Amino acid sequence: MIGEGILKGMAVTARNFVGSYFEKDRLITVQYPEERSPLPENYRNFPFLIYDTDDVEAGLRCVACKICEKECPPQCIYIVKSEDKKPDYMGKPQFYPAVFDIDISVCMSCQICVEVCPFEAIKMDKVFELSTRERFDALLQRKGELSKSNTYYHSIHPIEAAEVDAKLAEAAAKKKLAPAPPKAPPAAAAPSPGN
Amino acid sequence: MTVSSQAERSTVEGSRDETFKLTPRDPSTALGMTSKLEGELMEVSMGPQHPSTHGVFRMNVSLDGEIVRKLKPVFGYLHRNHEKIGENTSYLGSMPYTDRLDYFCSMTNNWAYALSVEKLAGIEVPERAEYLRVILAELTRLQNHASLLGFLLSDMGAWGTPLMYAFREREKILDLFESLSGSRMMCDYMRFGGCRVDASAGWLAGAKKIVDAFPKFLDEFEKLIVENEILIARTQEVGKLSADLAISAGITGPMLRACGVNYDIRKVDGYGFYPRFKFRIPLGEHGDTYDRLMMRALEMRESIAILKQAFAQIPAGPIVNPKIKIRAFKPPVGEAYGRIEAPKGELGFYLISDGSSNPYRYRVRPPSFINLTILEDLCLGHTVADVMVILGSVDIVMGEVDR
Repeated sequence: MIGEGILKGMAVTARNFVGSYFEKDRLITVQYPEERSPLPENYRNFPFLIYDTDDVEAGLRCVACKICEKECPPQCIYIVKSEDKKPDYMGKPQFYPAVFDIDISVCMSCQICVEVCPFEAIKMDKVFELSTRERFDALLQRKGELSKSNTYYHSIHPIEAAEVDAKLAEAAAKKKLAPAPPKAPPAAAAPSPGN
Repeated sequence: MTVSSQAERSTVEGSRDETFKLTPRDPSTALGMTSKLEGELMEVSMGPQHPSTHGVFRMNVSLDGEIVRKLKPVFGYLHRNHEKIGENTSYLGSMPYTDRLDYFCSMTNNWAYALSVEKLAGIEVPERAEYLRVILAELTRLQNHASLLGFLLSDMGAWGTPLMYAFREREKILDLFESLSGSRMMCDYMRFGGCRVDASAGWLAGAKKIVDAFPKFLDEFEKLIVENEILIARTQEVGKLSADLAISAGITGPMLRACGVNYDIRKVDGYGFYPRFKFRIPLGEHGDTYDRLMMRALEMRESIAILKQAFAQIPAGPIVNPKIKIRAFKPPVGEAYGRIEAPKGELGFYLISDGSSNPYRYRVRPPSFINLTILEDLCLGHTVADVMVILGSVDIVMGEVDR
């Protein structure tokens, strides 16, 4: 019968249409912005700087090593090192960034800056509702807007934050154990000539 | 759409149809038409904007009534200097840019680039990473072919319904990509020597569930297309491509296999772990648009077969070669061409290294661009309505054509 193929197609669409009233998986539209689908743990959109404790200035992990600035493919990071130093989480005095700007309109959220950072200082955020009314100023995020606390990082990426904290704690513990071995040889050398 | 008079130019340059003659316009007659009413070719620019999302692609067609006499494609609207940027960026830094070449299939773009660099530097990839690459590439192929069928049907006037059905499944696969790599489409997932993030057992189970439910969607979708009389009338015997012309023009991918040429790089090169999987290659007989359409539908079924085998066989282990540094990656001097069977065709990266951290020459072999060169031969003698259908069946993505 001519038109049979078309009728079969129409039966498929009719089944989908009627079925969408009864089966939840046929009606898949999420009515944004009233409903939002949950973002997965790994979702990344834009980088941010982490600070430990509650002090934005003192707890900032970034030491302005400029590795992320160098590796960033579209070169959207601009860092100026500070003149003085401040102690980092292990007590060692380090430089810190006097200026740390990221241009949102250039950043492509490739997260290479996160991969290359040796200090776990820059991580990926999950915000995507970043639209502004100004064309230029609001698109350049400066150090103040980029710095967010470690508790915030735990709230958005719980699994990753737990891993990072464990890694940092391990590094700090190793650092604390390290001074002991160099002292042992002089003490061991002393009794031997006497024997 | 601009209309210009063909007769204002002195010769018909490059016209394929040598027997077609123009009569010069006689200025003494009204409206410039001769008494014999032979008319003149109307040049229409099927402009950069399209109702169906083919991207920014322009075709200057010369029409005799409705029949196409000459077709000149104009592209470059999306040129973004990808290859020059590749020369100024480190090898790792180019990886996110490759996502944006064929923006539907970012995982396969990443794999082709990673394969080329691994060939250049002689890097080995661990087993689990190879299996993950195959799984992600086949998932990419599934969602690309489903979207393509949807786009083609919406070109033909099915106003978006099959497209939305295809996108329903595509969104499930993109959700998988999002939970694995952090981003739906611009995944930046492969690294030289493996993958960036490991897939958890939960992710693999979720992917398996989606792949198990896919054949049901395919059956339903095929009911929409396979026996539809309108589709058959519009696509059979339209845009026939002969095997010889396809081979000499360098066409690859489903377009070539629709002409009956058995050439699939997964079987020919055997890159990755494809030799471990049993899958068939569908071949067409006529080389027309209907065959190209059915190629994609059949390839989706074969991709599901590969995926099921990969899920069963994937071992535990490291996902990246630990000897490879991320920063200051300097491959040895030399050149390499790595190619894969991307969903659109043969995607290749040709890299020349001079020992520094940036490549000396970075060349992409874009399958969509090379498949597009044959468009004029396919469209001659057909009507304007067929041109859109043929263009849809070539499966182009402007990000790849223009780079």
